Amino acid sequence: MNLLKKLTLGILALTISSALYAQKLTIFWAEWDPANQLQELAEMYTEETGVDVVVETTPWPDFQTKTFTEFAAKGSSFDMVVGDSQWVGAGVKGGHYVKLNDFFKEHKVAETMTAGTVAAYAEYPQGSKNYYAIPTEGDADGWAYRKDWFEDPKEMANFQKKYGYKLDVPETWAQLKDIAEFFHRPDEGRYGVTVYTGKGYDALTMGIENVIFAFGGSLGDYATYKVEGLVNSKETIAAVEYYKELYQFTPPDWGDTFFAEANQVFTQGKVAMSMNYFAFFPALTNKKVNPHVAGTGYFSNPKGPAGRFAALGGQGMSINSYISDSQKKLSYDFLAWFVKEENQRKWAEVGGFTCNKAVLESEAFLNATPFNAAFKETMFMVKDFWAIPEFADLLEPIQRNMHQYIVADQGTAKEGLDNVAREWKEILKKAGYTN
Amino acid sequence: MAVGVHKEATNSQPGLARTGLSDLSIRNLFIIPTIAFLACMNIFPLIWSLFLSFHEWRANLPDEKAVYVGIQHYRDILNDPAFWQTFSLTAQYVLYAVVGELVVGFGVALLLNREMKAKGVITTLLLLPMMMSPAVVGLFWKLLWNPGWGIVNPIFGLANDYAWLSDANRALWAVVITDIWMWAPFVMLLSLAGLSAIPKHLYEAAEIDRASWWFTFRNITLPLVTPLLLIAIIFRTMENFKQFDMIFTMTGGGPGTSTEVHSIRLYRMAFQSWDTGKSSAFAYILLIMVIGISMIYIKYLNKIKER
Repeated sequence: MNLLKKLTLGILALTISSALYAQKLTIFWAEWDPANQLQELAEMYTEETGVDVVVETTPWPDFQTKTFTEFAAKGSSFDMVVGDSQWVGAGVKGGHYVKLNDFFKEHKVAETMTAGTVAAYAEYPQGSKNYYAIPTEGDADGWAYRKDWFEDPKEMANFQKKYGYKLDVPETWAQLKDIAEFFHRPDEGRYGVTVYTGKGYDALTMGIENVIFAFGGSLGDYATYKVEGLVNSKETIAAVEYYKELYQFTPPDWGDTFFAEANQVFTQGKVAMSMNYFAFFPALTNKKVNPHVAGTGYFSNPKGPAGRFAALGGQGMSINSYISDSQKKLSYDFLAWFVKEENQRKWAEVGGFTCNKAVLESEAFLNATPFNAAFKETMFMVKDFWAIPEFADLLEPIQRNMHQYIVADQGTAKEGLDNVAREWKEILKKAGYTN
Repeated sequence: MAVGVHKEATNSQPGLARTGLSDLSIRNLFIIPTIAFLACMNIFPLIWSLFLSFHEWRANLPDEKAVYVGIQHYRDILNDPAFWQTFSLTAQYVLYAVVGELVVGFGVALLLNREMKAKGVITTLLLLPMMMSPAVVGLFWKLLWNPGWGIVNPIFGLANDYAWLSDANRALWAVVITDIWMWAPFVMLLSLAGLSAIPKHLYEAAEIDRASWWFTFRNITLPLVTPLLLIAIIFRTMENFKQFDMIFTMTGGGPGTSTEVHSIRLYRMAFQSWDTGKSSAFAYILLIMVIGISMIYIKYLNKIKER
């Protein structure tokens, strides 16, 4: 064998062995900016450890379906998933998530992360101190608004004349509706507000939740599983009716929209106020994306008759229980690196919404972006949807019935919510929570 | 027996055995793997889903035991008014879309069935929509129907707040028109094949007899092209009955439930609510319906052929 042949074979053997033994972690998440930011953070981890980390994504409406289809097949196409907060119950009961109690104890995760995010993203059942996810992306609904329009002296004078109070960031949901009505000028190509109306997954429900909780309404008693009289209470009905009133001040054909459309019309300069998850606000600070960046402001949800509340978004990172032990070990190593305070700081720096208490409370974080102060404020008034394994069953009727009332303009809020209560009662009964 | 035949063949024609594959080899190499593949990918899921349709089970909780519930799921679905509402909506969608495709497709075929310049290029261009993915067509038309930046409203002189897909009364029509745009070329293609196969001498004889255009169309063109039109109707009915991707990307079944056809309802039940047992029963009911409708068509088609 001549030297060239030996050399070629040697290189081939090296390539094959390095390909075989290359360590790689795959994290599955939805297709949005935080996933790109996690990829950026993961590259720092790769630099330190040599372990490749790939963040694979899929569009939001398919995220739940694809994840649970993979789980149903006991698949290992991803090592970890940054699962939505409502999934915890289904992930745990199905045996899809690895229990992280020892990891929590060793790395003091419950102590370093905010209590609300630990309870919502990681613990199941709530209060059990059994943990299955590392709070990763704290998120909730907030608002972006056209500060320059709000501060225009002519607009301020006209608003004062029409409504009898100063045009400013709304303090109540009633004021928010007034402002939406004031700026809604379809003839000028300007619209008052954007709210979530999407029929897929949980879009519309997440939008309505903000108002339902603030109006004193409820999605049921999460402890006793009682829904009748709560989901269709007069407060919940009033909240849904209010949301429909807001819908009339949205841009045309706004009947099936979520975060992407909200940012799109906002950056086009067509809307005065835009409801969205905080995770989508970094895009609005980029001048290339949002030409109105200098005139853009942010605020947290206003108060309703029952106080201030925000629909919780956000996700925790869980280990897929169907992967090999060696991949589990790699996943634990990554999570151990991820929860360290210095890396949580890096996570915030690349744009992630950390759940780490120390980082959240730091001056550096609060001043890092124009919306971080509103985000911090919001994270103390969050409330979530049901997080039981049957959450997807519960989502379908509320999405269908509320879309029927708010967008399709068919029936009344009471009829829609009565249907939801009836269908939810059946689902909870069938699942064995009630008799 | 097959082995014996094979041996005989190889003994008498040794050259063939070396150059071609024997029946036994063909069976082992192609037929058995194909049957095994079909059994795994088609027949097993069919039987498994039939089993599941009589059980309470959720695919997102695979370790939970399936509980036998008999025909409960079938009874629940057939007694659910929402099912019949969806059925009525699906029937409307299929009817409007198939009739539209038939009228447009056959009309265009009649126009193209003559000597004209660039006929081949025009025919190819007209076939382009049906070559696209239905999901892409749905997303593409979602933009076209948008009153803000779509081209539909300006073309028809409609106001920029005239919503199509967000309006419960117009969304179905928007979906139907999109479907007609996509699939009328398919009907056109089959109609053109039928029209070009009609013997020319029949038209010449009609011309000698001074038959009117309508008489010729009614007594020569239509009867001779009907078998192919019926095949187009069968295909389009079956396809539209299970239409999913285009509607899902355009409206997601909304607003409310105004475009929620059977397939979208089934998808939500199976992959959003994870009610696997009930959705299997739902799928079987749909399967029986599609088979029933197809059988009626095929029976009618055979009757026409006999004539």
